[in-house]
Amino acid sequence: MTAVPTSPRALRRARTRQSLARSWAAYRSQRAGMVGLVLLSAIVVLAVAAPLLVDQSQLSVTQATGGRMEPPSAEFPLGTDEVGRSILALTLWGSRLSLIIGLTATLAAILVGTAVGVTAGHVGGWYGWVALRVSDWFMVLPSLVVAIALLAVLGRSMGTTILVIALVSWSGTTRLVRAQTLTVQARPYLERARALGAGHWHQMTRHVLPNVLPLVLASATLLVPSAILMESSLAWLGLGDPNVVSWGSILNRASDNGAVSAHAWWYLLPPGLAILLVVLAFMMCGRALEAVFNPRLRGEGA
Amino acid sequence: MTDGTPPSEPDRASGPAGDAADRGAPGAPAAPAAGARTRVSGGFGRYLLKHVAGAAVSLLLVLFSSFFIFRLIAGDPIDQLTRERPVSPEQRAAMRAELGLDQPMWKQFWDYITGTLTMDLGDSFQYRRPIFDLIVERLPATLLLSGTGMVLAVLLGFWIGARAGWRQGSRFDRGQVATGLLLYSAPTFWLGMIVILVFARYLGLFPVNGMRSPSTPPDFWSQAVDIGHHLVLPVLTYTAVVYAGYLMIMRSSVLDELGGDYLTTARAKGLRDDEVRRRHAVPNALLPTVTLVFLALGSVVNGSIVTETVFSWPGLGSLFVQSIFYPDRPVLQALFVLFSASTILAVLCAEILYWFIDPRIRRTG
Repeated sequence: MTAVPTSPRALRRARTRQSLARSWAAYRSQRAGMVGLVLLSAIVVLAVAAPLLVDQSQLSVTQATGGRMEPPSAEFPLGTDEVGRSILALTLWGSRLSLIIGLTATLAAILVGTAVGVTAGHVGGWYGWVALRVSDWFMVLPSLVVAIALLAVLGRSMGTTILVIALVSWSGTTRLVRAQTLTVQARPYLERARALGAGHWHQMTRHVLPNVLPLVLASATLLVPSAILMESSLAWLGLGDPNVVSWGSILNRASDNGAVSAHAWWYLLPPGLAILLVVLAFMMCGRALEAVFNPRLRGEGA
Repeated sequence: MTDGTPPSEPDRASGPAGDAADRGAPGAPAAPAAGARTRVSGGFGRYLLKHVAGAAVSLLLVLFSSFFIFRLIAGDPIDQLTRERPVSPEQRAAMRAELGLDQPMWKQFWDYITGTLTMDLGDSFQYRRPIFDLIVERLPATLLLSGTGMVLAVLLGFWIGARAGWRQGSRFDRGQVATGLLLYSAPTFWLGMIVILVFARYLGLFPVNGMRSPSTPPDFWSQAVDIGHHLVLPVLTYTAVVYAGYLMIMRSSVLDELGGDYLTTARAKGLRDDEVRRRHAVPNALLPTVTLVFLALGSVVNGSIVTETVFSWPGLGSLFVQSIFYPDRPVLQALFVLFSASTILAVLCAEILYWFIDPRIRRTG
């Protein structure tokens, strides 16, 4: 920023750095966004460090040491489940799966959504029309119904869960990206690029995509919480992978084993609050990002 | 909440206002802005026809995909039907013939389409009864729960949202947005379990689950009171989770109106602030939100599936979940089509309604 850059590449890098710094400053001024970021980092650290904090053997049904649904004690700070496993250990380990599924499904949805959206906006014509109709169709269908129907026939596993969540969530991104692509396309510098002989691929990847990505980032951050909520709902309904522990599957076991009628609040609160906190953290970050990147909302410091 | 869209401001951008402009492109020739202002392109008949045709194609796609999911991906239902008992090949063949599975695929598809269109949905595997009767029997419970919940959520969300947006950045605004987001972040099923734990188990104020107690006298008033008593907790849960979405929609819609000249005029006339909001800002802000209520039917379906399951409410949502594990494939298939079709029809209603409440759309088609 201080020295005058010489080569075009250095110039570009300097500009990127500058705009990143600007965005970061704008983000930092939003208190809710910063709170969300801190909360989120804490959760991610806990999820990554889970194997160091709690040994995996504590998740084993056969090696459980506690009694049936014991209330919190010194040995089990958050009590035990119906086979005597520590709820604390389960909740810690559950964070890994909930985050992995939420992030992977969102990533898949965002990739497909962005690709379809940019091409639909750029190419237009027949293809654009069909792509728009299909994504509209997916947007209208009740997502949980589609997810349940697909999981019921595809079978329960982590892979299918990720697949169906991605399938029911890509359409919003497509719509957003397509609209933004159309806006960018109308700008003069794209006309200049075309006049200089830029091909479709060059236009899409070098000009349209960089302008669309910030919005995609904001919408991805808001898509993760709904993916996590969807995963937990599916797992709670009993459609999760039976071999792994997620927050939804802990609550599924809690309902199946009568934790509510046993007044076992320590069985219900930790996984549920964990979902709530993660979703809230992502939502706070996403809303702050949106306020930074979405020109429609600029100036509204909510 | 299990809906795909978090309550964020850009939701509005993809709402009917943005839609209308977008969707105008393929059907009507994109007239230049100046031309569009002077000439009404099409008229209601054409607008209606276009959207009805679009909805019809969507419905057809639902039928196709349900056939694809439940007949092609899912494989042979005979294995699932006969898993407990040994059957001879002859019995298998007889069952296949009875279910029409020995027919060629195109014939099966044709029978399926005509059957669905004539409301002949086949028999449920678990109840051994026509699915149509099952649906008719359980529909009122679902309508009661999700209808009450949705009306409450819309009223509450709009009421708070309008006030929060009007006083943007005030303590009330920040407090309401924070509360709404917090409740929106709670998984519906978990909130339901906590509500049961606190209000039904600890405090004993409300029944734990179901829609009516067997011991209630059969006269109308006792039954109504009993159902109302059972309805409180599910509706509370449902409303708590979804009202935030409506709050955010209404809030940002009011924010869009804040700078309007007509508000300055209204103030200049000497109207009280409260009146400016109620009589001028809110009616305009309502415009884009009214249709969003219809568009949100997908999330209503999602919410009612989970809520009905937590509270063992005898509606269509709990029937759907219960059919997963039997597995009662004909019921799953029928409800998949029913739920999807109802959201598509709701969107169609929103589009038609939009023609009447927003004259601007008549220019763009």
